[in-house]
Amino acid sequence: MTANNEPAEMTPNRRGPESVSTSEIDERRSASAAADDGPLGSPRVSSPVIESRDLDVFYGDTQALHGIEMEVPERQVTALIGPSGCGKSTFLRSINRMNDLIDVARVEGDLYFHGKNVYDDDVDPVALRRKIGMVFQKPNPFPKSIYDNVAYGLRVQGKDDGDVDEKVRTALEQAALLDEVEDQLDESGLDLSGGQQQRLCIARAIAPDPEVVLMDEPASALDPVATSKIEDLIDDLAEEYTVVIVTHSMQQAARISDKTAVFLTGGHLVEFDDTEKIFENPESQQVEDYITGKFG
Amino acid sequence: MSTETPFSEGTDDIERKRKIGQAFVAVCFASTLVGIVALVALIADVIYESWGWVTWEFLTYPPSQVVENFLPDGRGAGIYPALVGSIFLIALTAVFTIFLGVGAAIYLEEYAAESRLKSFIEANIANLAGVPSIVYGLLGLAIFVRAIQLGTSLIAGALTLTLLILPIVIVSSQEALRAVPDSQRQAAYGVGATQWQVIRDVVLPRALPGIMTGTILSLSRAIGETAPILMVGAATSLFVAPDGLTSPFSAMPMMIFEWAGHPEPEFQHVAAAGIVVLLTILLLMNAVAILIRNRYDPRS
Repeated sequence: MTANNEPAEMTPNRRGPESVSTSEIDERRSASAAADDGPLGSPRVSSPVIESRDLDVFYGDTQALHGIEMEVPERQVTALIGPSGCGKSTFLRSINRMNDLIDVARVEGDLYFHGKNVYDDDVDPVALRRKIGMVFQKPNPFPKSIYDNVAYGLRVQGKDDGDVDEKVRTALEQAALLDEVEDQLDESGLDLSGGQQQRLCIARAIAPDPEVVLMDEPASALDPVATSKIEDLIDDLAEEYTVVIVTHSMQQAARISDKTAVFLTGGHLVEFDDTEKIFENPESQQVEDYITGKFG
Repeated sequence: MSTETPFSEGTDDIERKRKIGQAFVAVCFASTLVGIVALVALIADVIYESWGWVTWEFLTYPPSQVVENFLPDGRGAGIYPALVGSIFLIALTAVFTIFLGVGAAIYLEEYAAESRLKSFIEANIANLAGVPSIVYGLLGLAIFVRAIQLGTSLIAGALTLTLLILPIVIVSSQEALRAVPDSQRQAAYGVGATQWQVIRDVVLPRALPGIMTGTILSLSRAIGETAPILMVGAATSLFVAPDGLTSPFSAMPMMIFEWAGHPEPEFQHVAAAGIVVLLTILLLMNAVAILIRNRYDPRS
């Protein structure tokens, strides 16, 4: 994610001056949204699982995210879209504190998980990540057997005292992979195709039964057939899990998500609303331009 | 030849540049050849000199001042105490280096935050790798033999050799740890592993072949070192093999050094026989390193 490919005309001001006048924003925003720089749209989300309040992320001296305000609804798919370098992956990684692993990353502001700020001193990021699983852009199975890959999360979390076999099979079934690998659970996860590897990684993420699954462009390294399988799978997952997915593909966001957040260059969340609304009638001109392919 | 083709312009120039290229290849090939020929000549000479002198008795008898005893029909004399001494020495050194070297590498690579201090330490470790071995010998003499009062013992020799190869082991282990893809670490963190679990389950298994290769290659350098153990006072010719950590010891390079200094020309054959034994062990260790690398590579 580099921020240096932003188009020249996109100055990193908080709101594109050409988009919508301030008065219009005020009209449209619900009275309760107190923050000055919340995104356009901002649908009411009752009892959100994750709430971001004025979240800034810095990499060294570079600010990657500016005052992100949004809520992630339970058991729905929330898509984060936007051009390269817009901070959508950074936001995803700040939810389960994967940014802690980067020495130069610094987070300011609040991010609540069920009302508890995950950046409080008494929150253990390891415990947090046990509640919030993650699937990465490139399939990254361990050089272990398919079985051990899925069981790994159970083992590190000490959930391997019960019926591990059953949990592994359930996870593989939820990841729509069981039928394809049933007879080769002892074989290396690396021998699977790219699409199967990614579904294996999804199985690994959901085996310990987290509440939220974060996905960072999970299909961008896959061919169209494998992509469509992953998309179907995400749809099913949302029945049990809260899914937050970063994607490059607007079509993908339109197909699979309930809510869509549009990040634009410089790390600003410009508009967040129901997916239908974003794609059919966005409030921001910038978002409309982006959606219709005028830039990005 | 003289017919016009679309390419005839500049052919001379291309031809000239190609000639320069060929000359360059010839120089590079010659450089390669010098190294290989020298090595082959050396090994051939040693094998020729030692032909008939490397016998079972040579491997199992203590040395003798009388060169006739080394002959196949003599009373039996050989390299036994030094052979056992070298093997003990290297085994002990291996234990120390694996713990200290790999431990330091894991700390520097996985735990220590990027800082001036860390860069300073790393730069100095790299510098230590270039310190002449005789200096480590002096250090070993001052610290292990004198200050800690280990005396001229196997353990003092092993600790000195450990100091000598530690920088190389640390650097090569760091390389191996750095080569583990970050995506693997993230995968483990992503399912809620602690840092210790990530290192134990994901990083170390993946880096182990590289760590082992670096360590074994360093150890095979250590087994051939003469200067450091000379400084800590290894015996030149000892008639019994060491039987404990604190017993005096000899080692093969010392033994060979001793034999090569004898005035009788026959001892040159004995020295050559010693070299053959040393080289054989060295090559065996390198072969093991390659086997480990190929066999335990989790990606294969």
